[in-house]
Amino acid sequence: MTKDSKTDHWLVRPATIRWLWRIFIVVLALTVLAQFLLPVKGYFGVDGWFGFAAVYGFLACLGMVFVAKALGVVLKRDENYYQDQASDD
Amino acid sequence: MTDLLPPALILLVAALLTLFTRGHLRTAVILAAPLATLWAIWQVPDGVVATYTFIDYQIEPVEGSALRRLFATIFAIMAFGGGLFAFRQARTSELASAQAYAAGAVGVCFSGDLITMFVWWELMALFSTLVVWCGGTSSSKAAGIRYAIMHLLGGIILKVGIDGIAVQTGSVDIRPMLATDFATWMILIGVLINTAAPPVSAWLADAYPEASPTGSVFLSAFTTKTAVLALILLFPGEPVLIGVGLYMVLYGILYALLENDARRILAYSIVNQVGFMVCAIGIGTQLALNGAAAHAFAHIIYKALLFMSAGVVVYRVGKSKCTDLGGLFRTMPLTTICGIIGALAISGFPLTSGFTTKTMISQAAANENLVFVYMLLAAASAGVFLHAGIKFPWFVFFQKDSGLRPKDAPWNMAAAMVLFSALCILIGIFPDAFYKFLPYSLEYKAYSASKVIFYLQLLLFSGLAFFLLLPLMRRTLTISLDTDWLWRVALHRAVTFASAQLLAAGTKLGQLTDKSFAALRSRAESRFGERLESTRAGVFARAWTIGTTALWIAVLLTAYVLFYLV
Repeated sequence: MTKDSKTDHWLVRPATIRWLWRIFIVVLALTVLAQFLLPVKGYFGVDGWFGFAAVYGFLACLGMVFVAKALGVVLKRDENYYQDQASDD
Repeated sequence: MTDLLPPALILLVAALLTLFTRGHLRTAVILAAPLATLWAIWQVPDGVVATYTFIDYQIEPVEGSALRRLFATIFAIMAFGGGLFAFRQARTSELASAQAYAAGAVGVCFSGDLITMFVWWELMALFSTLVVWCGGTSSSKAAGIRYAIMHLLGGIILKVGIDGIAVQTGSVDIRPMLATDFATWMILIGVLINTAAPPVSAWLADAYPEASPTGSVFLSAFTTKTAVLALILLFPGEPVLIGVGLYMVLYGILYALLENDARRILAYSIVNQVGFMVCAIGIGTQLALNGAAAHAFAHIIYKALLFMSAGVVVYRVGKSKCTDLGGLFRTMPLTTICGIIGALAISGFPLTSGFTTKTMISQAAANENLVFVYMLLAAASAGVFLHAGIKFPWFVFFQKDSGLRPKDAPWNMAAAMVLFSALCILIGIFPDAFYKFLPYSLEYKAYSASKVIFYLQLLLFSGLAFFLLLPLMRRTLTISLDTDWLWRVALHRAVTFASAQLLAAGTKLGQLTDKSFAALRSRAESRFGERLESTRAGVFARAWTIGTTALWIAVLLTAYVLFYLV
């Protein structure tokens, strides 16, 4: 779909999206750097490490997406699976 | 004090009135009844208010406590918000069923004994099934039947447990217990079925998305959260619940990640959120129980809000698959914003209700030094943002341009969404005002710089993961199998196979008996048969001459006389 970047909604123009990414990355960096000023008091030591939550959150999501992908190989069926089962008889 | 009737009766009467009124009068009934119920709820004092004796058991239809009033309050607020959302679009039968369903939930809240609780519990099962059926499609009819079977089965298990307790202890009073023997296990299992615990979690995501756009809003609130209340009352600190809760938390995330239907994504995330509460009840400290109750309260609001925004989309475009949706923010700005507020709240973003309640559960886990539980809950918080916080609004309102340009929400739906969005934010900004209503008065500080930075990192980097992994998240036209495959397909196949085998065996047996009867018959004929053209008559059918007969008689008589004399 090639759309004139001027006529589409401003929020979905490539220029806006580039800016959103830049702002997002700055915010990400700020949340981690804020730890220098306001130390995170962890409950168990390890969770107070520099940038722990950032790395942990990112890796947890990565892990869950891949586990879900792997499960999907086994569990995913066509969306009419149950109807087809019923009409088999 | 004897004149205090259960507050739930107001909603029950309103359900009847809804059926027989029309126009503005009906609207007034739908909107006023929850408010009147809310008033009645706050008239209930602490302790048992009324007792009756019923077949040797103490029946306590109304018992008050801070916890019970808290749950009843949110159910009444939900009945109001849901009614406001639905009254112009939903069918009368659905509105009446939803009110009776809410009445069941409020009734459970004030039940002082297990028998009263069971009656309200079954009322909920009945009317929630009707709400599912009001979806009006053939698939909602089938899903409603599966839903009803599951809940009736759960009800029977619960009843077996209640009877066991009654026989063992002679009392049906609601009091904390642990799952130690058959009866208590039955009660625990019966209640857990309603929380969508494993291995039967599938009923929830099977039934709720099949209801109407308005019906699923009601369904999202009552059944699972009354079960949470029942767990807090009956099984605080039951260690099994920690494991069950953690399973539910992860189950909800993984299935939601695989799902294509927007409302089914939200249904899976109910299981996920209830998992947080169940886990907290398993931890069982005062802070954990406060966290479970607070999280249930906040959850009902933001989950209803999410189902409302999805409901508006389904109402306007008639589609709910992510593959069909996208780009709706252009013409549905209000629905988009409300959906995002709900999504942020469920993710536990700072300044939303989810943050002020979910962190309480994490804190409770940390206080008990449950490192594993705490870390899994933190990972799950990241996962919630992934599947509900970003995935839901992204695929429904942004993503690609689906070309759909529906109108934004009708005014009553918009009003309900704005009301619930405001509640999400108010609880997020003024948590202390809300904490006053929790069952235990504890010192808990919702906001600290340390906690806010920790959760901002956790959530924002999950967001980064989502957008980096977007190619992997491409939606497909699929469903995911669950344990319900065992009875929807495997059991069905087994029964079909078994009946085919039985039929074959029956035919074989029939043939065998026919054959042996034929053989017997031919033998009999050969002995007794008359003379036919080609064969001699059977031995016993032959005619003897008089002489031979007389001779034989003489021989026999002689033998007889001889034996008699000797």
